Amino acid sequence: MRPESHHNGSLAVTVLVSVGRHPLTGRGRRADQDARAVELARSLTSAEVELLHAGRLDEGSEAALRGYLGMGFDSLSLLEQPVGADVLPAVAESLEAAGPQLVIAGERAEQGEGSGLLPYLLAERLGWPLVSGLAAVEDVTEGVATLLQALPRGQRRRLQVRLPAIVTVDAAAPAPRQSAYGPARRGRLEVQAAAVMDDADLAQWQAQPARKRPKRLKIVKAASARDRFKAAAAKAEGGGGQVLTDVAPEEGAAAIFKLLKEEGVLR
Amino acid sequence: MLDTLLPILIAAALALAVIGAGRRVRLWRQGRPARVPLLKGLAAMPRRYLVDLHHVVGRDKVMSNTHVATAGGFVAAAALMILVHGLGLAEGVLGWLLLAASATMFVGSCFVARRRRNPPSRLSKGPWMRLPKSLMAFSLSVFAVTLPAVGLLPEDFGGWVVALVLSAVLVWGLGEMFFGMTWGGPMKHAFAGALHLAFHRRAERFGEGNRSTGLKALDLDDPEAPLGVETPSDFTWNQLLGFDACVQCGRCEAMCPAFAAGQPLNPKKLIQDMVVGMAGGSDAAYAGSPYPGQPVGEHQGSAHGPIVAREGKALVDAETLWSCTTCRACVEECPMMIEHVDAIVDMRRFLTLEHGNTPNKGAEVLDNLIATDNPGGFDPGARMHWAADLELPLMADLQQVDVLLWLGDGAYDMRNQRTLRSLVKVLRAADVDFAVLGNEERDSGDVARRLGDEATFQSLAKRNIATLAKYRFQRIVTCDPHSFHVLGNEYGELGGHYEVRHHSTYIAELYEAGRLHFKPWKGGGVTYHDPCYLGRYNGEYEAPRNVLKALGIEVAEMERSGFRSRCCGGGGGAPITDIPGERRIPDMRMKDVGETGAELVAVGCPQCTAMLEGVVDATAEVRDIAELVANALTEAPEASAGAAQQSSNRPQAVEVA
Repeated sequence: MRPESHHNGSLAVTVLVSVGRHPLTGRGRRADQDARAVELARSLTSAEVELLHAGRLDEGSEAALRGYLGMGFDSLSLLEQPVGADVLPAVAESLEAAGPQLVIAGERAEQGEGSGLLPYLLAERLGWPLVSGLAAVEDVTEGVATLLQALPRGQRRRLQVRLPAIVTVDAAAPAPRQSAYGPARRGRLEVQAAAVMDDADLAQWQAQPARKRPKRLKIVKAASARDRFKAAAAKAEGGGGQVLTDVAPEEGAAAIFKLLKEEGVLR
Repeated sequence: MLDTLLPILIAAALALAVIGAGRRVRLWRQGRPARVPLLKGLAAMPRRYLVDLHHVVGRDKVMSNTHVATAGGFVAAAALMILVHGLGLAEGVLGWLLLAASATMFVGSCFVARRRRNPPSRLSKGPWMRLPKSLMAFSLSVFAVTLPAVGLLPEDFGGWVVALVLSAVLVWGLGEMFFGMTWGGPMKHAFAGALHLAFHRRAERFGEGNRSTGLKALDLDDPEAPLGVETPSDFTWNQLLGFDACVQCGRCEAMCPAFAAGQPLNPKKLIQDMVVGMAGGSDAAYAGSPYPGQPVGEHQGSAHGPIVAREGKALVDAETLWSCTTCRACVEECPMMIEHVDAIVDMRRFLTLEHGNTPNKGAEVLDNLIATDNPGGFDPGARMHWAADLELPLMADLQQVDVLLWLGDGAYDMRNQRTLRSLVKVLRAADVDFAVLGNEERDSGDVARRLGDEATFQSLAKRNIATLAKYRFQRIVTCDPHSFHVLGNEYGELGGHYEVRHHSTYIAELYEAGRLHFKPWKGGGVTYHDPCYLGRYNGEYEAPRNVLKALGIEVAEMERSGFRSRCCGGGGGAPITDIPGERRIPDMRMKDVGETGAELVAVGCPQCTAMLEGVVDATAEVRDIAELVANALTEAPEASAGAAQQSSNRPQAVEVA
């Protein structure tokens, strides 16, 4: 628990929520990472939390969206968007109008493109900083948030960021609370008109079912149980990485291009 | 002097009792409305009390007889006293009858006093300890003041001193018996109990062998209808009345597996807490065993205040409600027919549906049920993987069969898959025309409902009912008593009416019909563990024992078997909510098994199998009845020697005299 005195008034927080998809049955549900984002927002004292969803309202998505309401909300703002629309302008305009201090989102959606790019595009468009992989918001004082970012192997990094900012959470964030049926049923889905922009790029893309990606074999030469545990618990991590700082953009791009060639991503 | 004083005293006591009754009724009426036939209930009450209740009360012979003498004596004495002393009708036989009634009551109260000398821990102390003295005061003083009335003593015997002393004792007796009856003394149980029997929420429980065990559905279509019970006033008025009827005899406490395991639940205290909540106040005056590990006096509530606080303490802690295994041992044992399990699930419903606060793995299990229709979160398409080599006939292919085999979620559990394979082998040996739903089957909703998630239960139930409606079958057979109970007793309210059999019942029928033949039993001693949802919930105690007998097994019964069977700890979502205690319930049950010296315990429930097999250093193996039967299967005897052999391996009645 953070001392409450750190907050000056209430903190306006908007959580971007999407309609998730259960990996086995494909049923609509609260997206896991988005639910964690809501949980993170809920754990902030004296925060005024708004839920924002851009998408279509139908029977399947309503049940899933009500799942977020069941975490203890009276209403959820819904920017109505048809399938295949680019939700970026609608979400950005809505955020500009509402002016939240902090926007929290899951790292990526569970269906649709799921590229994980939306938070970055939003940050770029709004000109806000973005922090990914958040484990906790430790403190907000005078427009500066102290954040705890999750790194592989349970490491944490403390960051300070000036608000407004966008932060994203992944599986390292605290698990979401149970969604209760009563509040979920009572909560309102407030449909707001929003500009619709067709995603011209998406229309040109060809979609096909994903193939299972080959997994890099991890050869573990472990001498002890501790090593085996470390190997099993580690997130995928390239050992021979290279940190480039203070280089010209061309140099950086060249290094990335070289790596992609080496890894066989580009041919 | 007594001639003038007595009518005044009696009239005053009656008036106070009536005022108290009005106040008590107002307390009950804080509850939600419930439709009960009032006059019909009152008319049925004497029979319910004298006949239907007697078999429960009569389990304790001494106390049963004590109660007959005391209560019968009191009712007769009170009525006659009003006639004799209140209205002055002492002439003739009435006075003598009053003497006899008060004497009977006195004898009864002596036994009550003996019981209170070294009371077992399950009995509440406090005001209950003065009850035998009050009973004696009443019976003795009524007896004494009646002696002059019948002419055994002169009218002015003993002068005014004796009259004053007698009056004082009588005031005490009248105070306890009339004033205390409606103002909240120990005698409250007589007033509230009689009305509770008349207006019982499950009137269908009364009558020989009748039972009513299915939970009642919430109305989810009405957005205004409350989701479970938040405050004492959210119970229906007749539930509140039922709580008020409690005599604090503690039979429930003695039977409760959670209490024995040191988990923070005592059914008696829970009911008393509801009474405290209904009237408003703290539990400090409670004089029985507390919830294990929780001192008395820290909780308080009011009729319109929360029972479980979101934070901090209110009337009851959530752990108390989640400790219950819904084994119904308390309900089975209660001589007042109080419905503890209904109340607990009502309160759990609010915690789950409104607070979203199902403890431990509860939320995960409910999410799995919503997303995958099974509590483990397994792929619904993998439901039949265990039977890949069995080529089980599917309902979708056959459309119409004799027996629909309901697999239950045990289909995902490797231990229970052995039971299922055995059951299939038995059905095939008996040439039963059966089929399974396969991947069309879903969880029955048992766990969701007992965890308070009525919405998920009804969603699963309605989809299962729709699936079952597509096919034609005579009966459903299942090896899971929980599915059995839900399909048979709880789907009806939602529109699904089926004839359901537990596999032990069905195997017993097949054997009776001569369709199964068994090799003689060669193993060691065997005992049988009654699953709660088969026994207490559905009254099936005989069939499993008949099957074991047919196998040639002589069952060494545990001390607690049949309707008093001790729960394995696996019901009501208890393994999921996993409230810590001092001991584990299955360990205690396995100790019961060990005491019989049996090398094997036969069970008939996947939950019981899992719980009992989870016991470390157990002295007995755990086998489902289906497994025992499948192992004993043998070919039908040759046609030529058929008659002779059949008689050799089937027990027959033998004339003895």
